[in-house]
Amino acid sequence: MGEVILKMDGIQKYFPGVHALDNAHLEVRAGEVMALVGENGAGKSTLMKILTGIYQKDGGSIEYFGQEIEIHGPRDAQSKGICIVHQELNLMQDLTVAENIFIGREPGKGLFLNQGEQNRMTEELLASLHLNINARTQIKRLTVAKQQMVEIAKALSYQNTKVLIMDEPSTALTNSEIEDLFTFIRQLKATGVGIVYISHRMDELKQITDRITVMRDGQYVDTVNTADTTIDQVVQMMVGRVIYEEPKSHSNVPPDAEVVLEAEGLTSLDVKNVSFKLRKGEILGFAGLMGAGRTETMRLLCGADRRDSGTIRVRGKEVNIRSPKDAVNAGIGYLSEDRKLFGLCLGLSVADNTALPSLDKLSGPLFVDDGKIHKAATEYVDKIRIKTPTVKTLIRSLSGGNQQKVVIAKWLHRDCDVLIFDEPTKGIDVGAKSEIYKLMNQLAAEGKSIIMISSELPELLRMSDRVVVMCEGRVTGELDISEATQERIMTFATKRELEEAV
Amino acid sequence: MKLNEKKIDMQKVLAPAALVILYVFFSVVGDGFLSMTVFKNILESSYYIGFMAFGVTFIIITGGIDLSLGTVMMCAALLGAYTFKQLHFPLIVSLLVAVLVGAVFGFLNGVMVAKLKLPPFIATLGTMMMSQGFGSIITKVQSQTWPTATEPVGGWFKKVFIRADLFGVKGFPVGVFWLIGFFVIAALILHKTKFGRYVFAIGSNEEAARLSGINVDNWKIAVYTLSGIFVGLSGIMYAAAYTTITPGTGNGQEMNGITGVVIGGTSMSGGSGTMVGTLIGVFIMSVLKTGLSNLNLQAPWQTFFTGLVVIGAVLLDIQRTKAANRVKKS
Repeated sequence: MGEVILKMDGIQKYFPGVHALDNAHLEVRAGEVMALVGENGAGKSTLMKILTGIYQKDGGSIEYFGQEIEIHGPRDAQSKGICIVHQELNLMQDLTVAENIFIGREPGKGLFLNQGEQNRMTEELLASLHLNINARTQIKRLTVAKQQMVEIAKALSYQNTKVLIMDEPSTALTNSEIEDLFTFIRQLKATGVGIVYISHRMDELKQITDRITVMRDGQYVDTVNTADTTIDQVVQMMVGRVIYEEPKSHSNVPPDAEVVLEAEGLTSLDVKNVSFKLRKGEILGFAGLMGAGRTETMRLLCGADRRDSGTIRVRGKEVNIRSPKDAVNAGIGYLSEDRKLFGLCLGLSVADNTALPSLDKLSGPLFVDDGKIHKAATEYVDKIRIKTPTVKTLIRSLSGGNQQKVVIAKWLHRDCDVLIFDEPTKGIDVGAKSEIYKLMNQLAAEGKSIIMISSELPELLRMSDRVVVMCEGRVTGELDISEATQERIMTFATKRELEEAV
Repeated sequence: MKLNEKKIDMQKVLAPAALVILYVFFSVVGDGFLSMTVFKNILESSYYIGFMAFGVTFIIITGGIDLSLGTVMMCAALLGAYTFKQLHFPLIVSLLVAVLVGAVFGFLNGVMVAKLKLPPFIATLGTMMMSQGFGSIITKVQSQTWPTATEPVGGWFKKVFIRADLFGVKGFPVGVFWLIGFFVIAALILHKTKFGRYVFAIGSNEEAARLSGINVDNWKIAVYTLSGIFVGLSGIMYAAAYTTITPGTGNGQEMNGITGVVIGGTSMSGGSGTMVGTLIGVFIMSVLKTGLSNLNLQAPWQTFFTGLVVIGAVLLDIQRTKAANRVKKS
């Protein structure tokens, strides 16, 4: 392992009313992958923003190749060789790979652009990184993983990159794409670049990182060697308490329990003849790779998209769901994986968000009853332990986990018996995750029926009573939890390839 | 975080403060600005701006915009006068015609925005021109007049809507009752009804509202139609204040309404706003208008300053949004 190239020590950062970083510490060696982990709000992003010059530190020192330096802004950081690949991709979809990489510093003379040269330089760069991407391809024609790699290539095209920060690069990737990314990272670190890898996915840390730095509440906790540490220990350091991640061994639902929801032959552009049954009090897991059609299936169920054919029965009675309104009336509530886009009105209060689907119930002949809304919201804040100063607080100031709980409250108050959770713990920190798990189990025990889409297999195995596996828009397998393993699920999830091989 | 919250509270007092400062300013530099006549002028020009602004507040909170306010208002006033003077219908009928014209154009806007998915800017730009042309076509480009106070038929028009001898006061500005009355109605609809709650929800996150089982399309049509009704009413108030309506005008009047709304704290990006804010914003616009003409700066100057205020108000709106986002992050 190489020399220490970057050392941040005793970093302090204050925001009005918040001590965001208190004595934060980070060390990166040449040719290593250093994981930076911590719950949301632990200060990872703030620390990285200081390192990349977006924020200025209020105290502490940054040592870079043995010299103490100040970083005056993003450009300064870049010129010093510190680059970041953000979680959200910042590429211009209609431009080509080459145009994106060299944006703002295009080769050419005066006003004229030398496109040939630009493409040649890009091809050279991509080849040096062993990337099989055409420089002339429009970004929007690439998969998300490839786009991610273009972002990384762009960061590395600043010749002298010595430290590369990757902020949750795997969030949008499928498992095989993640493998590609990891191969790429391994090649990269062999060239002596120090990599800071931020991730919420614990299983990845074992695979790709050399050391792990843990932060909690803006403070440095510890740095450990990945090889000598278990994931449980890391999680414990992150939350400061023990969390159990045990798979469910058997289903809690009797096989003769009432069928609450039955889908038969659901079909649309991305969904092919999908059928399944959901029983009372059951948590039905939906597994599959990205693009397997799980979210698309659920959007048909909740009326967000129109289905071409197929029937939906609720408690044995056929319901014609043509709009979200119909689905809500049938008691089906959908919790989207993107809360901010599809689940919540960020500018409204906790109470108004909770009341939104059930305003009919909470209104008199003319006016809404704010007293009733207040009371209902307070009830759910207590019941499912939503952490908020008051129910009048704007939803945007709540943490991800608590926002998610408000979406749950919204459907519970609407008397939905079927709750569809699409990636319920995405972007939620570890502590809040187990809160959500507890809540889901509690709801199932109370007789609600839950569909849960998740891309994290340990989560599916821990929560589900039964797992439906999808691939390419079809159901390729169904497993009782007692017989489900990660391997079996993955086999079904990639069944397409097997069939093609036959 | 506390600092930022204070900043947002500052924004709340900004509009009332601006109104007071503007009023004091014109009192100092103006000639006899503090007189009763000028005060009545301020009130009278606030009536029609007010009705436009009340209506468009709903639209702007849903994240939309209505550029057809001014010309639809004129079209309503024109056709109302036409039914009365040319077609000799009773005055009450022409009042209904005015409201109906507003409602129909509003409904049209709503259908184009909600069902045909046209951007509100384009859809209402279209109706802006259509309504202007329509008024001219029907009236054959002839100016139309509403009855004055001394006319035997319909002389009550001005007395009911603008000024009457009331409470022992000669020429009491009765329009204020209409303005305040409809302000209260608009405020109740916006802040106390299910409809109002949906307006905020749609503006804050349309897709989330739809997935919550709200029929967003229909509510949007209702929002534009309601606004249209208010525009029709503003046509009546305009007619009562200015009597003669010229075809082909009205263009640019929408800016008085929209600016009033934005100065009053309603965000152009939708999801937040208050009716009280709009009322204050409306008075700022009418004080500005009256103050400038009191300084002998006529229409061109008023237009110039309105433009300036539009830019200022939107800049303020951007700052507000930024401040709100900062609170979210920290």
